[in-house]
Amino acid sequence: MLELFVYGIVLGSIIALGAIGLTLVYGILRFANFAHGDLMTAGAYVALFFVASLFPSLGVPDARLAPFSFGWRMVAAFPLAMAAVAGVAILLDKTLYRKLRQKGSSAVMLAMSALGASFIVRMVVLILWGADYRSFYPGVLRPAMELPLGVKIRPDQVLILGVAAFLVVLLHLFLHRTKMGKAMRATADNPELARVSGIRTERVITCCWATGGALAAAAGVLYGIDVQIHPGMGWNFLLPLFAAAILGGIGNVYGALIGGLVIGVLQQLSTAFLLPTYKPAVAFVGMILILLIRPQGIFGPRE
Amino acid sequence: MNLLEVEGLRAGYTEEVDILNGVSVQVGEGEIVAIIGPNGAGKSTLLKAIFGLLRPREGKVTFSGEDITGAAPEVIVRKGMSYVPQVQNVFTSLTVQENLEMGAFVREDDFSDRLEALYRMFPDLERKKGERVGRLSGGQRQMVALARALMLDPKLLLLDEPSAGLSPAMVSVVFEKIREIKGAGVAILIVEQNAKEALRLSDRAYVLAMGRNVLSGPGEELLENEEVGRLYLGGG
Repeated sequence: MLELFVYGIVLGSIIALGAIGLTLVYGILRFANFAHGDLMTAGAYVALFFVASLFPSLGVPDARLAPFSFGWRMVAAFPLAMAAVAGVAILLDKTLYRKLRQKGSSAVMLAMSALGASFIVRMVVLILWGADYRSFYPGVLRPAMELPLGVKIRPDQVLILGVAAFLVVLLHLFLHRTKMGKAMRATADNPELARVSGIRTERVITCCWATGGALAAAAGVLYGIDVQIHPGMGWNFLLPLFAAAILGGIGNVYGALIGGLVIGVLQQLSTAFLLPTYKPAVAFVGMILILLIRPQGIFGPRE
Repeated sequence: MNLLEVEGLRAGYTEEVDILNGVSVQVGEGEIVAIIGPNGAGKSTLLKAIFGLLRPREGKVTFSGEDITGAAPEVIVRKGMSYVPQVQNVFTSLTVQENLEMGAFVREDDFSDRLEALYRMFPDLERKKGERVGRLSGGQRQMVALARALMLDPKLLLLDEPSAGLSPAMVSVVFEKIREIKGAGVAILIVEQNAKEALRLSDRAYVLAMGRNVLSGPGEELLENEEVGRLYLGGG
C-alpha cells in the first residue's frame, strides 16, 4: 500500500506538470485546451526522435548514466523536446486560437478548435512514428532499489520526482521574480487592467503557451522514461489533467500541483482494489467528492 | 493649447445605440476637471472612449497635440495618460508592491525612486507592500489603484468614481489624496457621483446628461448654480 502511494506521487508529479500548463492557459485565455494532453505526446516523440534517430545518426555519444535507464542523449533531448513543443504550442496559437480570439469566438468554439488541434497533433505523431508502443532505450534492464519499509522504487522514478520538483520551483521563480512572470499573473488576474497598465497581452499569451507547452513536453518525456510511449498516451492523460486542474481550483498553479498529486495517488491506490482500467473513473470520483466539499476547488477563489 | 481635447465624441457598446452623442471636453495642463451627471449619462463611457477601451464612432481625441482617437490603451498609456477604472482597479492576487510594479510595466529602466516617492505619498502602502491586495480594505485598495496609475508619472490621470463604495471617512481621505496628486502637477479628469465634493475639488466641471454636454464652468460656480443644485446635488 505504501508502495502504491509512492508510485502515486510519481504519477501525480507527471499529471501535475501537465495540469499546471492547462491551468495557466485557462487562467489567461479562459478556455479548456483539449489539445494539452497531445502536447505531452508530442514532447515524448520529439525526445524519441532525438534519442533514437537524430543523435545516433550524428554519432552523439551516449554513455549510460547508471543507475538510470537512459544516457546523455536523453539529457540533451529533454530540454530540446521542451523547446520544440513550446514552439508547437505557440504555432497553434498564432495560426488557430489567435485568429478565433480576434473574431471574438466563444470559449466553446475555442475548446472545439483545440479538440481539432489535438487530433491533428496525434495523427501527425501516428504518421511519423506509427502506432506501436515504444521505449526510449529498448531492452535496458530497469532494476528497482529498496527503500526503508520495503518500498521498491526504480532510480528513474526518484529522478522523475526530482525533475518535476525542479521544474515547479523554476516556474515559481519565473512567476514571482521576473517581469514577464508577474505580467502573466497580472493578466490572469485582471486582463483589462493589465492592458490599461500597458502590458502587451499578446506577448503574455505567447509566453503562456510556451510555458505550458514546455511543461507538457516535460511531463510526456518523464512518463516515457517511467513507462513507455504511444500516440494515444497524452489523450489518455487528458481526463486526469482536467480532474487535477479543476480539483485544485482551475486557474491556480499551486492548486494544479496539489490536484495532480491527489489524482495520481488516488489512481494508484485504487489499483489495489480495482482493475487499472478504472483509473480515469477513480480520478473523477475523487474530483467529484472533493468538489462536493469545496465547490471552488482546493485553492479556488472564495467568491 | 490644452493637454486633452475631446471634440464631438460619439460612442457606444453596441452597433445601434450611442451612449455618447457628441461630447466635448477640454483639460489644461495641471488642471483638475470634474464630470458630473445622472446615472447613465455616459460619464464612465467617456473615460473608456478617451482611453481606447471603446472605439469612438465619431469625434476626435487629442492628447498633447497628438491625435489618439481609437488608439489602444497599451499605446495611450505610453504617451503619459493613466486610467483608474471604477471597479476591479487592482490586481487582487498580486502583492501591493507587484501592483505598483505592473503600473510601471512599460518602463525598462530602474524605477525604484518613483516607487519610493509613491510610498512617501501613501505610507500605509509601504507597510503593506508584501501583502496581497485582495486582503486589504476598500480604502487601501483605492490607494493601491491610485498609486499604480501614478507609477509612470503621467501628465493626465483619468479617475472613474474614486469614492464609489467607500465609507464617508475614507471618501475624504481619497479626495485629500487627489488634491495632493494635483499639487504634484498632474492634470486630472474625474468622473464622480459625489458631485458636491467633486465640484469643490475641481477647477472646472462639465455636467453631462443623455450623452451630451449640458453645462460647464468653474467648479464653485456650478456649485452655486440653481439648476445643478436641484438636479444633481440633491436639494433646492
